[in-house]
Amino acid sequence: MRVALFVTCLVDLMRPRIGFAAIELLEAAGCDVIVPAGQTCCGQPVWNSGDRAAAAALAKKVIDEFVGSEYVVVPSGSCADQIRNEYPVILADEPEWRARAVELAGRVYELTDFLVNVAHIKTLPGNFSGSVTYHDSCTGLRGMGIKEQPRALLAKMSGVELKEMAAAEECCGFGGTFSVKFGEISAAIAAKKCGNACATGAQTIVGGDLGCLLNIEGKLRRLGDETTQVRHIAEVLTAKK
Amino acid sequence: MESRSRHFKANAAASLANPVLQTNLKTAKGKFVDKRAIAIKEIDDFEGSREAAKNIRNRVLENLDLWLEKFEESATARGATVLWAKDGEEICRHVAEIGQRHGVQKAAKSKSMLSEEANLNLALTAAGIRPIETDLGEYILQINDNEPPSHIIAPVVHKSLDEVADLFHQVHKTPRKTEIPALTREAREVLREHFLTADMGISGGNFLVAETGSVALVTNEGNGRMVTTLPRVHVVITGIEKVVPTLEDLTLLLRLLPRSATGQSISNYVSVLTGVKTPEERDGPEHLYFILVDNGRADVVGTEFQDMLRCIRCGACMNHCPVYQTIGGHAYGWVYPGPMGSVLTPLYTGLENAIDLPQAATLCNQCGVVCPVMIPLPELLRRLREKQVEKHLRPWFERFALKIWAKVAASPSLYALGSWLGVRYLKWLAGGRDRIAVLSAAPEWTLGRDFPAPEGKTFRELYRKGKK
Repeated sequence: MRVALFVTCLVDLMRPRIGFAAIELLEAAGCDVIVPAGQTCCGQPVWNSGDRAAAAALAKKVIDEFVGSEYVVVPSGSCADQIRNEYPVILADEPEWRARAVELAGRVYELTDFLVNVAHIKTLPGNFSGSVTYHDSCTGLRGMGIKEQPRALLAKMSGVELKEMAAAEECCGFGGTFSVKFGEISAAIAAKKCGNACATGAQTIVGGDLGCLLNIEGKLRRLGDETTQVRHIAEVLTAKK
Repeated sequence: MESRSRHFKANAAASLANPVLQTNLKTAKGKFVDKRAIAIKEIDDFEGSREAAKNIRNRVLENLDLWLEKFEESATARGATVLWAKDGEEICRHVAEIGQRHGVQKAAKSKSMLSEEANLNLALTAAGIRPIETDLGEYILQINDNEPPSHIIAPVVHKSLDEVADLFHQVHKTPRKTEIPALTREAREVLREHFLTADMGISGGNFLVAETGSVALVTNEGNGRMVTTLPRVHVVITGIEKVVPTLEDLTLLLRLLPRSATGQSISNYVSVLTGVKTPEERDGPEHLYFILVDNGRADVVGTEFQDMLRCIRCGACMNHCPVYQTIGGHAYGWVYPGPMGSVLTPLYTGLENAIDLPQAATLCNQCGVVCPVMIPLPELLRRLREKQVEKHLRPWFERFALKIWAKVAASPSLYALGSWLGVRYLKWLAGGRDRIAVLSAAPEWTLGRDFPAPEGKTFRELYRKGKK
């Protein structure tokens, strides 16, 4: 299977190791991975801010960049959702582009969904050990149906103990630009998420979207929690003891 | 009602700083969310029912004028008078005129959000008619100096038992009670007198049925029945979008409404009221008026926001909204809070008067998945954001930041340079720590949390190096 990785701008800037972990996982599942060099951002921030023209330009750029790849895999539910579910909406008035967006939508997968349902990964490269709790990021969950896939992968790791938190499916308060427009509300919502996560006693909070994870980690540290770790699912699945 | 939506941010900050409100919000959330989750399991095909309800509401909205004419014809045939109101002012004028015509001195009201839109109580008082709210929640707010509701079905959800106990003690001049049954008994004793002496009953309407000319009302306290059957005159005030074609359509919507709203299989009282009292009947009003209100609705028909008019006012969207759960309803500043309010307020009161509301959502889509008529609320909020951009209503720095991001993201070389500089700047800010405490480029982020530091190099740099 030939896979093109869409790194996402947040991973590129903040946590490159998630990108490398994604490559490691895809290769462990038997894929040939390429990383198209010109990629930048999927356009979600401008689209959700109401700038249709800018969102359309970025959508076209991504569509062009990922021509010909058998699959496009994204280590983020919300960026994958942007490409799969929003590009056809953004380009609805341009039939040719819309058709190309729909064609791309059929090849785009969120990382854990791809590993479980397309690549049928057998053995994971990591041997992480410890207790974890999983935060279901909103757009991955409600837009892409990401729920069982990360849990199925964690279940393959004998050292992982999954402790489900209350209200795992509730928003962490990130919301992209919401987090910098309404910082106090956003942080107050994050505090509830941190409370639910920490109540499980898990050592590590795991999720599939870096935006949420930065929000949760930032809130934990501000609350004075120096011990609870916050990790992307790809980091956990590739972690070596 | 005068909108305070312009002050959303300040309102929200006040809500966050109010510890009593924060406790009350937590208690309320659990009740609504958990009970709904149980109640919807009683319906075999809940998702199919949502789809069917959506179709019923769409069928109405596609030919709204025809269904309204049909309703007018049916209602008139049963002795009711149908009046039309363009806005809140016209609602007030109609009700005052009806009151004067029938020599009304006291009006008993069951819950009506339209009367909140119109600020009806104020107008009634000015016209010499004393309005009495009889929904327990609305009554509590009325005796608390006409405080506005903070939720469309649970208007005093922001108040605690203690606060209500204090209020009753002060206003009723009775010994302070702390048990809920004792407090409700006290309210009933006060209200009973008003039911028996009111000359006019004013109600909202959950649905209007076109084929029969009926109004359907769901209430839990029975006050709706008193208000609509005891006084000589009954005035129904509803939005024009509330019409449904048939009684059969109504039954489906009545299966979804209470389950979505309060997690009840059925509301304690379901009334379908048709026409005036006939000579053979002993109960019911001698005069029945319907005031069907536009107040911004007609302008939404046929637009990209038409889906919003499907709303059946259950409140599930706000009950499940992380923002509403955190700041409560008052912060939104107008009649309707939460996700539905953040769509309706700018549409009904002007985009420029509620600039924060479409932005004050994480787009988590919890509202969209619980909406019983499948309104794509996050998508509508996003479209409102698009309208704000089109009309240049966003602040200059936001427009500037978006333009820069769009330009940089469109060019791989600019992006490579920008991200190279950006991560180094952030790393420098962190000063060797794993976090940044004050981020001047996005100061809102660090108001209530730290910003985790970046690793220090971009993925693209590292990837290129690794390949060489």
